[in-house]
Amino acid sequence: MRWVAVRMLVGDTAKYLGLVFGISFATLLMAQQISIFVGIMARTASQVSDIRDASLWVMDSKTRFIDEAPGLADNDLHRVRGVPGVEWAVQLYKGQVTARLADGEYRALILFGLDDGTLVGGPQEMIVGELSDLRQPDAVIVDKAGYEYMWPGAPYEIGREFELNDRRARLVGICKASAPFTTLPVMYTRISTVRGFVPQQRQVMNYILAEPLEGEDPEEVCRRIDEATGLMALTQRQFFWKTIRYFLSTTGIPVNFGITIALGFIVGAAITGQTFYLFTLENLKQFGALKAMGVTNLRILGMVLLQAMIVGALGYGIGIGLTAAFFESTKNITHLAGLYLNPYAALGVGVAVLMIISLSALTASIKVLVLEPAVVFRG
Amino acid sequence: MVATNIPVPAVRCQRVTKEFASGDTKTQALRGIDMEILPGEVTLLAGPSGCGKTTLISVIAGLLKPTQGVVEVMGRKLNELPGGSLVRFRAQHVGFVFQQYNLLPALTAAENTAVPLLIAGRPRRAAIAEARQQLVKLGLEGRTEFRPNQLSGGQQQRVAIARALIHHPSILVCDEPTAALDAHSGQQVMQLLTRVAAEADRAVIIVTHDHRVFQFGQRIIHLADGQIERDERTPGPPPSGPGMA
Repeated sequence: MRWVAVRMLVGDTAKYLGLVFGISFATLLMAQQISIFVGIMARTASQVSDIRDASLWVMDSKTRFIDEAPGLADNDLHRVRGVPGVEWAVQLYKGQVTARLADGEYRALILFGLDDGTLVGGPQEMIVGELSDLRQPDAVIVDKAGYEYMWPGAPYEIGREFELNDRRARLVGICKASAPFTTLPVMYTRISTVRGFVPQQRQVMNYILAEPLEGEDPEEVCRRIDEATGLMALTQRQFFWKTIRYFLSTTGIPVNFGITIALGFIVGAAITGQTFYLFTLENLKQFGALKAMGVTNLRILGMVLLQAMIVGALGYGIGIGLTAAFFESTKNITHLAGLYLNPYAALGVGVAVLMIISLSALTASIKVLVLEPAVVFRG
Repeated sequence: MVATNIPVPAVRCQRVTKEFASGDTKTQALRGIDMEILPGEVTLLAGPSGCGKTTLISVIAGLLKPTQGVVEVMGRKLNELPGGSLVRFRAQHVGFVFQQYNLLPALTAAENTAVPLLIAGRPRRAAIAEARQQLVKLGLEGRTEFRPNQLSGGQQQRVAIARALIHHPSILVCDEPTAALDAHSGQQVMQLLTRVAAEADRAVIIVTHDHRVFQFGQRIIHLADGQIERDERTPGPPPSGPGMA
């Protein structure tokens, strides 16, 4: 009878396609929006996760997220270095400046100032130039997306000059970096150079990057740093999530995306539920005839569930395929780069689709299950 | 002692009543029906609308449980069969022909005919092959791969008859089988029904209020207000005309 169920389903082409479309649309909407949401949230903390050569971040105890760290005293660096369990600690600047390009255009950008001696916190992958080129006077390295934003359409060319705070900056390299939340260029220089690139301020360093001794528990070392210095020390993972939590709780992003995702679920469930219900309703006489001829309720339920599973699997496959195609086709668009079909989103949407089709099938089945087979004798 | 050869009834109803309740209102659809139907007999249940014809065949076919009384089909008391056994009993022993055919629109004539065999668990290919042969017997060669919407009303009813007979049921229950057909197609369908019933020695029960088909019954039971008003024997169905095969 499984074969009969399949033939009944595909025999009504319009409804069959309507059901598959409903599930595909819901899948596309939910998977794409969840993936973009996850991607955007990850972007808020992308500069935290991009720094892979230090495990601990030390900052002012009032810091709420990565873009809001006040300056630290030079002495704080020595105090952190003196905490038991700390192998090394270096200074880091992270702030926002405005560049004046040669053609007079202005561009806001994110500036990282790295420890002069170690260049810890620098980009992990260079496209043009070397990280050590930062040791040249006024040298800066910019990320690929930032380069394309500052000099659109221009071939990669080092040696370009522009002004930061009326001081000459010279491009010595182009690197890969994760896209930031604000899609601004990410620029790296030495912290000693930062002092000239940013408006006069007493304290430039606003983060200390540190590494615990081998065998030490990072969270325990953080606790010791907190106690010893009054600063706040977090593991990279803790700081990553602290930043994300800040954006989740203080922006409308989760609500907006949540509404869209919920709409995807509701619209998908409504289209699928209604179409499936109508499909079953129109076949009620046929189901009644089958029941009269000796098909049990359990078998009928199996038939309806099989029909739902086929529609669900096909619709989900198409929807996920379209979502993957969307991200594949946009991966080279600068401001969309780095967004991808999140596997957990795909899994979650799969569960949602399973819920939609199960609900639709069960709702539709009730009509069939309570149907008196004698109904077939009523004209 | 003289041996008597009394045939075992295909259907036996004893004081069968059926009551439908809707809120406080109760409707007595059957009021103490007593009757026996023998194998090989073509019995017509006739009467005006609302007289209980459809309720009676529903009870006989095991689709409805009587409120009181005993319904015996092929020696089995349907009242005593639990739900699952009753469904299996229907699948094995009862064939249905519906007024509106109730063919599955997505399936071909052969596939529709094969449905009772599929319900019984027969492999699909074998079931459809057998269904094709059945359709050829009923004069539908060349139409086996047509879908219901590609067939005339008479042809659809013949497919429905093929479907009802393919699993060799003991009783064939037909609900107004000619109601949706023109006079000529109706005559053909009735000739076919009486012929196949005679061949198979099974009981055929036909609900009708179409006087033109009365000539095809060997027995006509007239119902009125849920009771048997008259039970009459007829000379029997006319011989099948040429081209009916």
